[in-house]
Amino acid sequence: MSQHLGAPCLPTVEKGDHVRRGQVVGDVDAFVSAPVHSPVEGEVSEIVEVLSISGTRVNAVRIAPEPDQDVREHERITADAEVDVVRLAGVVGLGGAAFPTSVKLIPPRDKPVGTVILNGCECEPYLTCDHRVMVEQPERVVAGGHAIRRIVGAQGLVIGVEDNKPEAAEALRPHLGSDVELLILPTRYPQGAEKQLIWAVLGKEVAHGELPAAAGALVHNVSTAVAVADALDKGKPLVERVVTVTGNVARPGNYLTLLGTPVSALIKAAGGIVGKPGRVIAGGPMTGVALADLDVPVVKGTSGVVVLEEGETAPAVMNDQPCIRCGRCSDACPMMLQPFAIGIYANRSDWDGSERYHALDCIECGCCSYVCPTRRPLVQLIRQAKHVLLERGSHL
Amino acid sequence: MTSAGSSPRLQVASSPHVAAKENVTHIMLWVVAALTPATIWAVWNMKMVAIVLLGSCIGSTLATEWIWNRIARRAQTLWDGSALVTGLLLALALPPRTPWWMAVIGGVVAIGLAKMLFGGLGWNLFNPALVGRAFLSISWMGVLADVRPFPGGWFNALSVPGVGDLDAITGATRLAIAAADRAADGAYGVDLAEYYRPLLLRNLEGSFGEISGALLLLGGFVLIAKGIIDWRIPAGYITTVGLLSWAFGSDPIFNVLAGGVLLGAFYMATDYVTSPMTRAGRLVFGCGCGLFNVVGRFFGPMPESTTFAILFMNGLVPLIDKGFAPRTFGWVSRRG
Ligand code: SF4
Ligand code: SF4
Repeated sequence: MSQHLGAPCLPTVEKGDHVRRGQVVGDVDAFVSAPVHSPVEGEVSEIVEVLSISGTRVNAVRIAPEPDQDVREHERITADAEVDVVRLAGVVGLGGAAFPTSVKLIPPRDKPVGTVILNGCECEPYLTCDHRVMVEQPERVVAGGHAIRRIVGAQGLVIGVEDNKPEAAEALRPHLGSDVELLILPTRYPQGAEKQLIWAVLGKEVAHGELPAAAGALVHNVSTAVAVADALDKGKPLVERVVTVTGNVARPGNYLTLLGTPVSALIKAAGGIVGKPGRVIAGGPMTGVALADLDVPVVKGTSGVVVLEEGETAPAVMNDQPCIRCGRCSDACPMMLQPFAIGIYANRSDWDGSERYHALDCIECGCCSYVCPTRRPLVQLIRQAKHVLLERGSHL
Repeated sequence: MTSAGSSPRLQVASSPHVAAKENVTHIMLWVVAALTPATIWAVWNMKMVAIVLLGSCIGSTLATEWIWNRIARRAQTLWDGSALVTGLLLALALPPRTPWWMAVIGGVVAIGLAKMLFGGLGWNLFNPALVGRAFLSISWMGVLADVRPFPGGWFNALSVPGVGDLDAITGATRLAIAAADRAADGAYGVDLAEYYRPLLLRNLEGSFGEISGALLLLGGFVLIAKGIIDWRIPAGYITTVGLLSWAFGSDPIFNVLAGGVLLGAFYMATDYVTSPMTRAGRLVFGCGCGLFNVVGRFFGPMPESTTFAILFMNGLVPLIDKGFAPRTFGWVSRRG
């Protein structure tokens, strides 16, 4: 019931109810939210609290599916305004953050959107789900882009693709038309991050504490664009997504997955784990969450499942190796922070110090920890600092 | 949902879940590797005396690090390789006539005083090897100024002259000759260009590491290509030395090749711990080292001013870091 950033949904069905594919099973009357639909036809077997993919306990509706159903059939979403269709279809950002899409489609009145940017830069290394979507459904990507541009009343539409995905660029090209720009960007992590992408595409920096709208830009993931197009043209609710399953599995690849499928079943579909697994990560290796239990269900924001072998992973324990001032973390930081300094202050619980070094601007991309030669747990330290700072009311 | 199968034992930890392969030991070993050609060439030319000096320096830095960690009950840091680099750099910065016991004292001072007392790797303000050298050159000024070539041989290392004899010796390096020449307005009529070749290829005067400028350059370029050191420091350093000595009417190339400038620019000033964190800061730092090196050389008491120039700039690093902090993404002007 909590598949997105924002208010969690409340179950709208009861035990024993018969649900159809695409029927709403959870919703909440909040602005920043998105309803959840049943991906299958079946009977509600229980409403329980389960472990979520992010490690918290959430309400869930468990549905026993009926055998032999055609999962392509579904309830149709209808509404007068296009924004409402998107909301009712439960569309959220599919890049990983899972922010309700309909909210982003209503830009603040005083900050009109000039350019819609479709994010075709994979949000993490290892993940290829966006790539797959662009190669297989280029016309839907473009259609979704047009729809978003129409809804927010923007002029420009740019699709940003990294140069390591020429296949995707080739697939998209014939569908572009004259008013859509395809921008090939050098491959760089974390270009998929919203502010970095705007900078790469428009050369504009989104100011500290501002939303992208401030730069007159709106960023949506390419997979999200497809979901928007499907909702508008076919009335299709968001009940499935493409998930990259990779790492030490027998058949790594991209799997079109019904939401709610247990991660363990998804791994089984990919041929199972090969070798001795060290960590199984939901999302990508840089920002994802290490799973303790593989029976957690896939949710809207699950872009990938990465199985890392023992020994392939970064150290698990917090080490207290010193910073050797090599500067690699600052050089790597996309927000141009000085992670080592925030880390040192956070280690001493000097929260003012970490605020002075703009801890709150950190997007937790993981670059700094990745490059640090003494393996300082920079991201953990910065997260701690951010947590304390937000608790005590410092603002972004 | 499928029933809970027996999930494998999984590790749970904070992201990111992968890390670059490079660690401190790798970095340090790259530095050692970069210095190896020059070191081997020095041993080849100076034989036993080189081995004794290398042994005393490296032995004493490693031992000091190990003992300090034992006494202070800290985790053993011997294997990070930083003490090895310090020992090697110290040896290369000393003239071959340095007695072995003096080299040992230099090593103890470098690690004990300059590094461990500050809290170990990462916390020291000054470059340990240079502190060791500075300590020796202040304590026994005559010895470190004696940079005459040592009679190379396998067995005469043990008959190094004692300190007593040294006061009588006036070491006249090419640098000193050049300084005198400059002071006398070219009256000596030395053509400094004649020294390019020996300084680049085989030079038995000066400190150990000055054996061959070409080999030092080679190692330095490898470190830059490998991304171990930032080119801005040596570039700023060397350019400044060249331009300034030219402005002062001396031969720029000679001044870059002599007096340990290459060793300092590529291997000493680039020490992570004691150099600035930002790219702009590193460029400024390199230029500063070059500036004080030339000023010290032309106007100071000793022509060999590399050590003190870099140490002085080490002391300015906190200031440079403050002044050249990166502007955080999205912040128009630096606040707070
Ligand atoms: S995680 Fe590290 S590299 Fe990424 S934004 Fe934060 S401080 Fe910068
Ligand atoms: S990468 Fe690690 S060692 Fe290097 S400056 Fe940053 S925190 Fe320090």
